[in-house]
Amino acid sequence: MTMSAVPVAVDHAAGKSRIELKNVSRGFGEEWAREEVVQNLTFEIKPGDLTCIVGPSGCGKSTIVNLVAGYDAPESGEILLNGQRITGPGKDRMVVFQETALMPWQTTFDNVVFGPRLRGEGARADVDREAHRLLEKVGLGDFKKKFPSQLSGGMQRRAELARALINKPLLLIMDEPFRGLDAMSRPLMQEFFLRLFEENRRTNLFVTSEIEEAIFLADRLVILSNRPAQVRAIIEIPLPRPRQFHMMNSPEVFEIKRQALEILHDEAMKSFGGTINVGARHAGGAEARP
Amino acid sequence: MSAVTIDQTQTPPSRTFRRRSKFERAISSLGFWRGLAGILVFLVLWEAAAYLKTAADFTVPFFGKLPAPTLVAAAALEVVVQPGYWWSWVESFKRVLGGFIIAMILGIPFGLALAVNKYFRDVFFPPFEILRPIPPLAWVPASLIFWPTNEMSIIFVTFLGAFFTIVINVLGGARTIDVRYLRAAQSMGATQWHLFSRIILPGTLPSIFTGAAVGMGITWNVVLAAEMVSGGGSQAGGGLGFFIWSSYMGGSMEHIIVGMISIGIAGYLSSALIRWLGERAMPWQRAF
Repeated sequence: MTMSAVPVAVDHAAGKSRIELKNVSRGFGEEWAREEVVQNLTFEIKPGDLTCIVGPSGCGKSTIVNLVAGYDAPESGEILLNGQRITGPGKDRMVVFQETALMPWQTTFDNVVFGPRLRGEGARADVDREAHRLLEKVGLGDFKKKFPSQLSGGMQRRAELARALINKPLLLIMDEPFRGLDAMSRPLMQEFFLRLFEENRRTNLFVTSEIEEAIFLADRLVILSNRPAQVRAIIEIPLPRPRQFHMMNSPEVFEIKRQALEILHDEAMKSFGGTINVGARHAGGAEARP
Repeated sequence: MSAVTIDQTQTPPSRTFRRRSKFERAISSLGFWRGLAGILVFLVLWEAAAYLKTAADFTVPFFGKLPAPTLVAAAALEVVVQPGYWWSWVESFKRVLGGFIIAMILGIPFGLALAVNKYFRDVFFPPFEILRPIPPLAWVPASLIFWPTNEMSIIFVTFLGAFFTIVINVLGGARTIDVRYLRAAQSMGATQWHLFSRIILPGTLPSIFTGAAVGMGITWNVVLAAEMVSGGGSQAGGGLGFFIWSSYMGGSMEHIIVGMISIGIAGYLSSALIRWLGERAMPWQRAF
């Protein structure tokens, strides 16, 4: 009991974890109607880095999220978290979902304390104090007793961040978290999230389909091919932190954007390329598989 | 003057606002008065049709065959002082609630089991789906033979009326719970029991209440028909369905209509009870 109360106060884990995907492949369907979704995916997320996965829509980004979160298992290859193979979901990897996945029947506060309460972790008073602190931090101090349906889209995203962070994850996985927000609150949420990330640099896997958002937030971009998802390019973003909006106007950002868009455009075109193209890519991918 | 100006003189005089009760708000809404007006217009037309029949010997289609609402009201006044009438209410409510509560007790776990366990669903869903389309009233003869008393037969048939609806709603509700809720909980270390008690059960509550509301309506349909067929079965009062049937046998149109309106009120009270329970069980649903 006394031991478990400690991690609630001090977050030792933040920013120290490394994720490695090694030749990860996942397909769906029977042999005669096979669809490879992720193929020979190999990349690494360095400790304390924010890595953005960018790819054409429907390329398998959500499958990658499910694999890293442990909701799904790769058919070949492996995913390592600090050298340990991921075998299922766990509190060391928290997912912030598309739209919102707050439980609608619980108040904001109850949603935040859900994880620690479930695990019976720490003294109740400590968990409550931490939840209050996090909710104040994300600007929801006055909305603790509201239900998710009573919050705006931006508030729901912030509540969801608080719900993830109270579990002290080694890795935060964000699956297009700001999708569906209006044009006014999206940049606000990006900036808010940046401040939160830059405070303790918790290793982050951020999935988005918006290239500008990716460049603004990330240390590295992993650009994926059209389905089946393979790594097409890895681009380092040399912008300093803390990030500011005006940095987005620099020539190097334009150059990165140009490069990334060119690759993405290429990949998007392939999805219109017809069956011959896609079939050839399938065959090639199968041969290259170890 | 610019195009956009704010007319300061139009500012309403300041008022002190007081939180008004739900009843006050209902009374003061236009919708309430329109509804009341609708009922009054209906009653006046009905009365006029009955008057045309006696005064001018002109039979308005359908309405002309009915006794005037004033005569029905007189019959109602006469009936409500008799204890037998109120015993009919008690009898019918006992049967409705009896069948309904048993259907809830058995239907909710059964529906949840169908939803969460594939093997259970594989075995029990096909026979359930074959039995489900059979109208509850088709069960009446069989259940009269099967159960030792009339009372048990009626409750069995009302149970069937609610059971299938509740199960189908619970099953549908539990199966359509957003998988992300389950995944989020799994990441946070939820056990199978946690997933069931913290996600599936609260996530299914809205469907449980939908099923209960629809099931309650069916139970009333069924209990009346069952009472007509079985001939009441109680010496104190045969139930509202039997009340209508015996009024028909006795040829009293006024009493038939009193019975019909009584059932309307009883059904309304039942669904109001379920709505009230639902609002209390699911506070997030009335949050805005």
